Amino acid sequence: MSRKILLEKINVEGIQGYDAYRANGGYASVEKALKMKPDDIVEEVKKSGLRGRGGAGFPTGMKWSFIDKKTPNPHYLVCNADESEPGTFKDRYLMQHMPHALVEGMIVSSIALEAHVSYIYIRGELLYVYHILEKAIAEAYANGWLGQNIKGSGFNLDIYVQPGGGAYICGEETGLIESLEGKRGNPRMKPPFPAIQGLWMCPTMVNNVETIAAVPHILNMGGEEYAKLGVGKSTGTKLISACGHINKPGVYEIELGLPVEEFIYSDAYCGGIKGGKKLKAVVAGGSSVPILPAELILKTAKGEPRLMSYESLAEGGFVTGTAMGSGGFIVMDETTSVVKNLWNFTRFYHHESCGQCSPCREGTGWMEKVLHRIIEGKGKMSDIDLLWDIQTKIDGRTICPLGDAASWPVASAIRHFRKEFEELIQSREKVGEVSYLKEAVPA
Amino acid sequence: MALKFSDEALALTRNIIKRYPEGKQKSALIPLLHVAQAEFGGWLSPEAMDYVASLLNILPVEVYEVATFYSMFNMKPVGKCVLEVCRTGPCWLLGAEDIVKFLEKKLGIKVGETTPDGMFTLKTVECLAACGTAPVMQVGETYHENLTSGKLEKILNEYRQNTKEPISHFAKKHYKSGQP
Ligand SMILES: Cc1cc2nc3c(=O)[nH]c(=O)nc-3n(C[C@H](O)[C@H](O)[C@H](O)COP(=O)(O)O)c2cc1C
Ligand code: SF4
Ligand code: FES
Repeated sequence: MSRKILLEKINVEGIQGYDAYRANGGYASVEKALKMKPDDIVEEVKKSGLRGRGGAGFPTGMKWSFIDKKTPNPHYLVCNADESEPGTFKDRYLMQHMPHALVEGMIVSSIALEAHVSYIYIRGELLYVYHILEKAIAEAYANGWLGQNIKGSGFNLDIYVQPGGGAYICGEETGLIESLEGKRGNPRMKPPFPAIQGLWMCPTMVNNVETIAAVPHILNMGGEEYAKLGVGKSTGTKLISACGHINKPGVYEIELGLPVEEFIYSDAYCGGIKGGKKLKAVVAGGSSVPILPAELILKTAKGEPRLMSYESLAEGGFVTGTAMGSGGFIVMDETTSVVKNLWNFTRFYHHESCGQCSPCREGTGWMEKVLHRIIEGKGKMSDIDLLWDIQTKIDGRTICPLGDAASWPVASAIRHFRKEFEELIQSREKVGEVSYLKEAVPA
Repeated sequence: MALKFSDEALALTRNIIKRYPEGKQKSALIPLLHVAQAEFGGWLSPEAMDYVASLLNILPVEVYEVATFYSMFNMKPVGKCVLEVCRTGPCWLLGAEDIVKFLEKKLGIKVGETTPDGMFTLKTVECLAACGTAPVMQVGETYHENLTSGKLEKILNEYRQNTKEPISHFAKKHYKSGQP
């Protein structure tokens, strides 16, 4: 059933290089786009129903139409390749193996947005991918797809890659823009949104790697055709990076609407739980989305099969549902300590908070501390309510959504696994080292 | 002795600064800090940061505040090989804790420390976007994936035998890459 678009050619010999990429239909969408009016490309993307693949799922065509094209200032397209959401590794996979897919997407999107300089902001840890992208860009210049007067169209475009320095917060689009300006990655207050005042206060569009890489396919097949894939308002395909206790971790392209159960258990995807163990919980869209216990990830509270789509994953709101997020699908088996995993995530958010807002800076630290004493066997029953209280005081009260992202895992873990917290606190035991490498790594 | 980039690094610096509009050369700061780390032994001394400030014509404090914000910039000397072990959720589920313990025992140091012979520094880092091949460790630009104790032994030996120069995320061999 599932059709591949983004990864269809990933196994073609030499596809990382220009020649094989071009021979397999690469850059055809640029030829098409150069003959179109920019606004018609935006229209095509609107028709496709494509939604941002970076996490928020906002309709891309609509976001593009917010770009202020009336100012005399230049417009910029910035590709968000900061990929740091725990559990997410799809953008790295795509850029490493098919760098030209991103370059082609950048060109077509820049034409649509009337941007003449565009940047790819890649997380610094991926400097080796940075070099792969630089090579692909150099090849695109050499073959006349970048530079002045591209293919005689009169359109000029330069693309540059910028590495970050290691900071999760630079994935947030205004934190990213600050970082691109050579500053600390402190997110900005919004409004103004980047589409009005972004990079160097000029209209700027920030889009995820996967979003941008989908655009050439939309132009090639037509927005309406693309919209036929998927289910309802979840059109097209999505890259899911699956990890944790599964037999076949990796990046899978799925047509939106695939049943979660099939994704976890079918050999075409995750191949079931490692070692034949039982499924305990899933974090379906990167560490920031609510964790769901097995029964709620496989079926909604209404008893319907849960699907890999924006709507179905969100069915039940944050009480019994979760979110598609970035597509980082983290699977936990029955031996996992949800509490200790939560401590690890909370430690992550505390470490990554940029420190501008007190609720986030202080709250994440307190949650980490309280969770740490619980897993050390020193927790109090009242700590559960204390944690709940702290997370409500962060959620929705900060400059950027990192605060919310830190509070949702806590809220959902308490909601669905309160008993585990209580038993752990009562037992006064330290959570043992949950280890799967005991044999492999003699301590 | 005043610090200075090699000629190749200076050529790269000029190339990087050109990527931003007139007057926005500060945008080149993070890329140049990577180059500085590669040039000056894997870490950023105050002199190294002052030098980068002079290249970009910005205040030294603008460099300090950025360098200290980002986790990839080392603010004190490090070993030739910095072992950066991912400790975030998905890697942790698959044994990252054991990897750290194994390395601490094997090298006789704690996280954040450097071996007395100046060979290895042990660091923990957050999710490296390679959770499908957890547990993962980064050394310079190389990702070591699906780690086991056997693999770690082999990796450590190889670095011990073959590492003459400090290894950096931004490898000098790439200085010539870049667009027109
Ligand atoms: C803390 C935080 C981290 C984020 N990290 C990323 C990221 O690594 N990659 C990404 O594409 N979007 C990330 N986002 C979402 C971006 O802010 C932005 O919504 C996205 O890049 C927009 O692109 P899209 O519309 O194509 O999805 C993050 C958001 C937050 C709040
Ligand atoms: S919510 Fe946290 S990360 Fe976001 S701006 Fe505030 S302190 Fe910084
Ligand atoms: S958690 Fe280690 S690479 Fe993602």
